[in-house]
Amino acid sequence: MNASTLIRLAAVGVAVTSLAACTKPKVEPAVPTETPPPATGPQYPTAPSTPVTGGNVGAAAPGSEQDFVVNVGDRVYFDLDSYSVRAEAQPRLDAQAAWLARYPQVTVRIEGNADERGTREYNLALGARRAEAVRSYLISRGVAAARIDTISFGKERPIAEGSNESAWAQNRNGRTAIVSGAPR
Amino acid sequence: MRLNRFLASAAALALTAPLALGGSVQAQSMAPSSAPMQDVVVDEGVLRPLQIAVVPFTGQNGSQISSVISGNLKRSGFFDPLNPASFVETGLTLANAPNFPQWTSIGAQAVLYGGVTPRADGRIDVGFRLYDPYRQCQLVSYQFTATSEQWRRIAHKISDVVYQRLTGEAGFFDSRVLFVSESGTQLNKLSRLTIVDQDGYNPVFLTQGDEVIMSPRFSASNPDEVTYVALGKDYSRIYLYNLSTGRRESLGEFDGQVLAPRFSNDGTKMAFSIIRHGNTDVYVMNLRSRQLSRLTTDPGIDTSPSFSPDGNQIVFTSDRSGSARLYTMRADGSGQRPISRGGGIYTAPAWSPRGDLIAFTKQQGGRFHIGVMKSDGTGERILSSSYFEEGPSWAPNGRYIAFARQSPGGDTRLWTVDLSGRVVSQAGYDGRGSDPAWSGLLDAPPVNLGIGQGPDSCSA
Repeated sequence: MNASTLIRLAAVGVAVTSLAACTKPKVEPAVPTETPPPATGPQYPTAPSTPVTGGNVGAAAPGSEQDFVVNVGDRVYFDLDSYSVRAEAQPRLDAQAAWLARYPQVTVRIEGNADERGTREYNLALGARRAEAVRSYLISRGVAAARIDTISFGKERPIAEGSNESAWAQNRNGRTAIVSGAPR
Repeated sequence: MRLNRFLASAAALALTAPLALGGSVQAQSMAPSSAPMQDVVVDEGVLRPLQIAVVPFTGQNGSQISSVISGNLKRSGFFDPLNPASFVETGLTLANAPNFPQWTSIGAQAVLYGGVTPRADGRIDVGFRLYDPYRQCQLVSYQFTATSEQWRRIAHKISDVVYQRLTGEAGFFDSRVLFVSESGTQLNKLSRLTIVDQDGYNPVFLTQGDEVIMSPRFSASNPDEVTYVALGKDYSRIYLYNLSTGRRESLGEFDGQVLAPRFSNDGTKMAFSIIRHGNTDVYVMNLRSRQLSRLTTDPGIDTSPSFSPDGNQIVFTSDRSGSARLYTMRADGSGQRPISRGGGIYTAPAWSPRGDLIAFTKQQGGRFHIGVMKSDGTGERILSSSYFEEGPSWAPNGRYIAFARQSPGGDTRLWTVDLSGRVVSQAGYDGRGSDPAWSGLLDAPPVNLGIGQGPDSCSA
């Protein structure tokens, strides 16, 4: 790798960084009227962790979180009122299983998500079924059960804005999030 | 049907409301008056609101107290407060009786007036009288004493006495609502546990927005004790939170994801759900011994448990037979049976504090509905429908239901509906919010001020 490649890589890196900065709008907490309450728990970004896909900057480092997200794909989508893995989602989950076989130190958490057309608690239970469907599939493809945790976010963490079929379809998903064992 | 009789069946149960919060508002009777009432005609769900003249109270904050009372009574849908500009008699004080013809001449069916008097100890006395100008007799008089900062609270308590005296059932104005306030965008939403007076005043944020807040609920036995779910990036926790001490405690760490907590009405138990391997079941925990019992075992979703007021039964939602329906079971998990009969998806049940009704959310025909049914599933009635609404929670008197309504692609706000479905309105708090939970009365209402009294006890 020569110097000019490095410079180009650096430039793209800057571009990607600034793009990321733009796409994450700062949210001003609205209308606080009273005394600030005490801290309640660990801080974490409330934005959905939409990965920044970097374009052709060259391959993401093999075995990295970025490698997983860009080259394998971290989400699979579900039909309305369904938690069975679609046929078209199977190749992606197969690839996830293969990737996890290649990097056996990696642990993951499957996040189950639902669209907004349901009540809050019930949707949490629906999302859990989707997360479990993905987990079961990965286990059936040889990933050790102990490496896979699940959580449901119900309808609380949508990735697509709007109240229409297209947004709802995207928001019914299971995301395989890397917990440990892979660099970003 | 007369309003008082229509409402009377509610009175007995509603009286068993929670005990004291703080208890800093004292009450004493001024002149015990046996009292009558104005009949209000309920005609097939159409009700003519009672025209009441709320005279600006004398003394400091007096006119503000009257405004709060007028606002409360108007929002209830049972009252139509007259415009003070139309009043003929002015300068009415506690020392006098109203000039009755001057009130009947403007159509006032009831006249409320009063005054604020400072006490030597720095507190204030707020006395008031409620008259029926047609029968020319006093319906009630009473006096509340508190620190002057509590004038708004006193106004709510006076509103409750007026409501009690004129409807024959318990009031609900001296109460608060816990909810999840929302800010930010759809994709980057900040949610905070928030508490506000029933009329939308004095909102206080109780969490910072670093967790998704869900399912806040009051303990019916102690309006200072609440529970809620905090959903983090990698955890889900049920918290017990004391509003007066600020003490916050996790219910425990469980093997699985927890959701949907609800206190039993005596405050000794918590029902909630745990998700294990994708399967959601209902559990109950004894809050003293912390002993956990599993109540449902089938592979369907079983969640959103809500206790009957006597604690003997639990209603919950389950999709064990296909789409989600409401089920009841005994508090030990035995006797599980479906109660909802219609098509559609039934979720988020809430057992009425009166015990006779169960409120629910129903999804059908591409819309969402808030409705009620009897506890055996009969007599289903839809009270409110829209593009999206969910999460009914009962007012302490069991006559109103708070819920969250969302417009397409838009914000979610708090709404209320009464049992007739006639009074559907946005809640006093008009900011963005969801998941309302209505408290019980903050302290016990003064006894013998109208509840259960006959309509003809005004002996003019």
